[in-house]
Amino acid sequence: MSDPSTASIVSTPRIEEPAQTGAPANAGLPESDRRNKPRGLLGDAWRDLRRKPLFWISATFILIFLVMAAFPQLFTSGDAVNGALSRSRVEPSADAWFGYDVQGRDVYARVIYGARASIVVAVISVIGTLLIGGTMGIIAGYRGGWVDALLSRIADVFFGLPFVLGAIVILTTFNGSGTSNSEWKIMGLVIMSLVVLSWPVVMRLMRSSVLATKEADYIVAARALGAGTGRIVLKHLLPNCLAPLLVYGTIMVGSFIGAEATLSFLGVGLKSPVVSWGIMISEAQNYIRVSPFLLFFPALFLVVAVLSFVMLGEAVREALDPKLR
Amino acid sequence: MSDILVSEQSAPGAGSGRPAGRLLEVEDLRVEFRTRDGVAKVINGVTYHVDAGETLAVLGESGSGKSVTAQTIMGILDTPPGFVTGGQVRFHGKDMLKMSGEERRRIRGEGIAMIFQDSLSALNPVFTVGFQVAEQFRIRRGLSRSDAKKRAIEMLDQVKIPNAKGRYSNYPHQFSGGMRQRAMIAMSLALDPEVLIADEPTTALDVTVQAQIMDLLGELQRERQMGMILITHDLGVVADVADRIAVMYAGRIVEEADVYELYGKPGHPYTLGLLNSIPRMDEKGQELRTIKGLPPNLMNIPPGCPFNPRCPMAQPVCREKVPPLLQIGASRASACHFAEELVSRD
Amino acid sequence: MGRYLLRRLLQLVPVFIGTTFMIYWLVWSVPGDPFAGKCGERRCPDTYIAFMTEKYQLDQPVWVQYATYMKNLLQGDFGTKFSGQSINDIILTSYPNTLKLALVALGIEAVIGLGAGVLTGLRRNGFLDNLVLISTLFLIALPIFVIGFVTQWLFGVKWGIVTPTVSSEMRFSELILPGFVLGSVSMAYIARVARTSIAENRRGDYVRTAIAKGLPMRRVVGVHLLRNSLIPVVTLLGTDLGALMGGAIVTEGIFGINGIGRQVYRAILTKESATVVSIVVVLVLVYLLMNLLVDLLYAALDPRIRYE
Repeated sequence: MSDPSTASIVSTPRIEEPAQTGAPANAGLPESDRRNKPRGLLGDAWRDLRRKPLFWISATFILIFLVMAAFPQLFTSGDAVNGALSRSRVEPSADAWFGYDVQGRDVYARVIYGARASIVVAVISVIGTLLIGGTMGIIAGYRGGWVDALLSRIADVFFGLPFVLGAIVILTTFNGSGTSNSEWKIMGLVIMSLVVLSWPVVMRLMRSSVLATKEADYIVAARALGAGTGRIVLKHLLPNCLAPLLVYGTIMVGSFIGAEATLSFLGVGLKSPVVSWGIMISEAQNYIRVSPFLLFFPALFLVVAVLSFVMLGEAVREALDPKLR
Repeated sequence: MSDILVSEQSAPGAGSGRPAGRLLEVEDLRVEFRTRDGVAKVINGVTYHVDAGETLAVLGESGSGKSVTAQTIMGILDTPPGFVTGGQVRFHGKDMLKMSGEERRRIRGEGIAMIFQDSLSALNPVFTVGFQVAEQFRIRRGLSRSDAKKRAIEMLDQVKIPNAKGRYSNYPHQFSGGMRQRAMIAMSLALDPEVLIADEPTTALDVTVQAQIMDLLGELQRERQMGMILITHDLGVVADVADRIAVMYAGRIVEEADVYELYGKPGHPYTLGLLNSIPRMDEKGQELRTIKGLPPNLMNIPPGCPFNPRCPMAQPVCREKVPPLLQIGASRASACHFAEELVSRD
Repeated sequence: MGRYLLRRLLQLVPVFIGTTFMIYWLVWSVPGDPFAGKCGERRCPDTYIAFMTEKYQLDQPVWVQYATYMKNLLQGDFGTKFSGQSINDIILTSYPNTLKLALVALGIEAVIGLGAGVLTGLRRNGFLDNLVLISTLFLIALPIFVIGFVTQWLFGVKWGIVTPTVSSEMRFSELILPGFVLGSVSMAYIARVARTSIAENRRGDYVRTAIAKGLPMRRVVGVHLLRNSLIPVVTLLGTDLGALMGGAIVTEGIFGINGIGRQVYRAILTKESATVVSIVVVLVLVYLLMNLLVDLLYAALDPRIRYE
């Protein structure tokens, strides 16, 4: 299924070169100059980032959204859940900036409260995906042999499922039959399906990253010096593979917000009484001709949130990638 | 090609009082690299020339500007960051820096050709070696596919690639390093250039293969009476092949001389340092004599002679005045305030 | 090459079995009563239950059921719907529509994505470059249903340039907008990959060599640079075709296209287990084979890659 989250997942970002390739920007300069300004890859990246307006804009938005998710009452005193049918589809006014929805609920309040479900689901899913995929990737890459073959095949099984299709099947199976599942159970199911269908990508990313660094001279040297497996993985492999993983994670938060909305839109993800942007868009689609504002505001918030995370990830990745300078 | 020759006849030795008929001349060339960290003055007034049938070796450490000069001659300088800020590059007396892009393109390959250091990355990985040699016959000479192939196989044969016909359809990665460099030579010589620039042609190769490639280059150069610019940092390679040597330091020529003169009596302390740093069998067990210090930061070249911070002979004048490149003999020049003393020393 | 192909095909078998078994298990086994809610509001007729139970051995353990099902499938029998309609027919009528849409989407993304990528890769940091970078970021970030709704509303409803939905005739002119929506995300990726790839290769040593050979700029870029830079792009296009042929639940839904994605979505919602499993099996197979094809394509494009 050509859904944004799948697409971004399929075309896995290139593995960044190992850290030691950094700073070729001044490679042509004599040694003496490089000594004067000692800065590593991270320092360079940070120097680069600080100058990018996109980085600051997206970081600011993300901060706002995080606060919104944690303390929605700071932004609105409105009621997101209960409405009066008398106000059904009342257009935006000074009184209610974003108007009222079909059931007469304050759209502004709902949009604010919707941030929580969307962001919580996305962030937890990303953490889960990174943990499971990362661990599997390290094991597969470091152990190699039959362990690698087995884990890779298992990953293939999940990877072979188109994303939206897989999520729909999983969610209807466990969430279906219209039973009144609790808010947290639905969220848990959505998180589970996102993690189950996405971890293979992280695993592949991590595995190739580990394979690339495993044979690096300094790892071989550490092993020759008698460092144990655990120490090599924790002290040497992980820090090297971490940067691309974190960048990917940031971008993934964005695409998972979109994926959650897509699933809610299809009617298999989060459901009322949970408030989320995807649910609001789904509810609004039938009134697109008469009350486009019902679609506009949740879509706007969704788009800005997704863009912020994707842009932040992109900015960091570009800053970390010396080749793009 | 012909139009260039015609223009030369109409204005012999155009633009300079030097003897006419110089094949390729670089005069007071200046190039800088503008990066976000600042401006690096990579070439600061380089002057040299090469005539038909002679080999000029350009010697220098990495970063001395020898390759950048060659790239400027070829017109393949990366711009940005590289910018030519002054000087001339004359081919048959005509300044190439003032030519149109199309005019320059016609000179490439046919007038001046170049061999690169790393043949693996310099050859296109996704085309066969034969295709890349034949390409010039097809595009530049308009030959048919089969004729171009025939000519390309001849060229591969000439650079002594065994079984040239069979290897025609191999990819660069299927060649050994030495064979690849031979293919690179075949490619550069395809259009029978008048000047061949070889940019460290043997640096990436094994020592035994290095000698073979240098022999081949020398042989082809004599056969075809080409002018050759051999860029290298390896003093050993130079001695056998070169007629004249130009030593570069910090984007300048610091000494230019006949091979025997230069090896016999260096006219610049930097050359002396270079010669002294060659390990010698009879000094086994002793510490190698190296040149102390580091080449200057090209963004901040010290006033005076750029070599003065590392020079064992440095005097106060060296920190104030840039020594110009002056004739100190019939066929040699040096850019040192004390060149005469050096040469007249025993 | 032959041995590599054989090995890859053998590797496909466990993946194929794993994926389809998982789907089978989720759809038939997990809900407990396999017939719960399958026949609308009412309880399923006993004759249907008896027929299905017999045919798919639903009273046996799940792996026996799966084996029976796969045996039928391999003989070309994709099963029967509750209504008696053959699932083969459903696939045969809806899959061509999906393929048409996929090809239109692929064409659009290849032309626009590649064009934008090559142009910006050659001229980085200009106005066009920034425009493309920002717009691709938007396309990547926006969920496809948002893009679908917005374009449908703008072009179909507000400006009336195209019909908002696609008729059953699937005319090419009707498919441009859905194709654009479906291909939009990949188009953005292709533009970005092409841009990076061109920009990286442009400074490559072999490009310098080609210039030093005195080749015209058109040939340096058009032959030497493009041939190398397109390897990752073509691979991406191939992978994407695999994904596109898996149907587009969202796009087909928005534009009312009777494709395989819409069929499977409807089947999932109405709990037509047999239909779901059969279609998913076909889609997984197509997807896996396409990925294999892409790998082979990659080897064909890059002579440095050799499969033992």
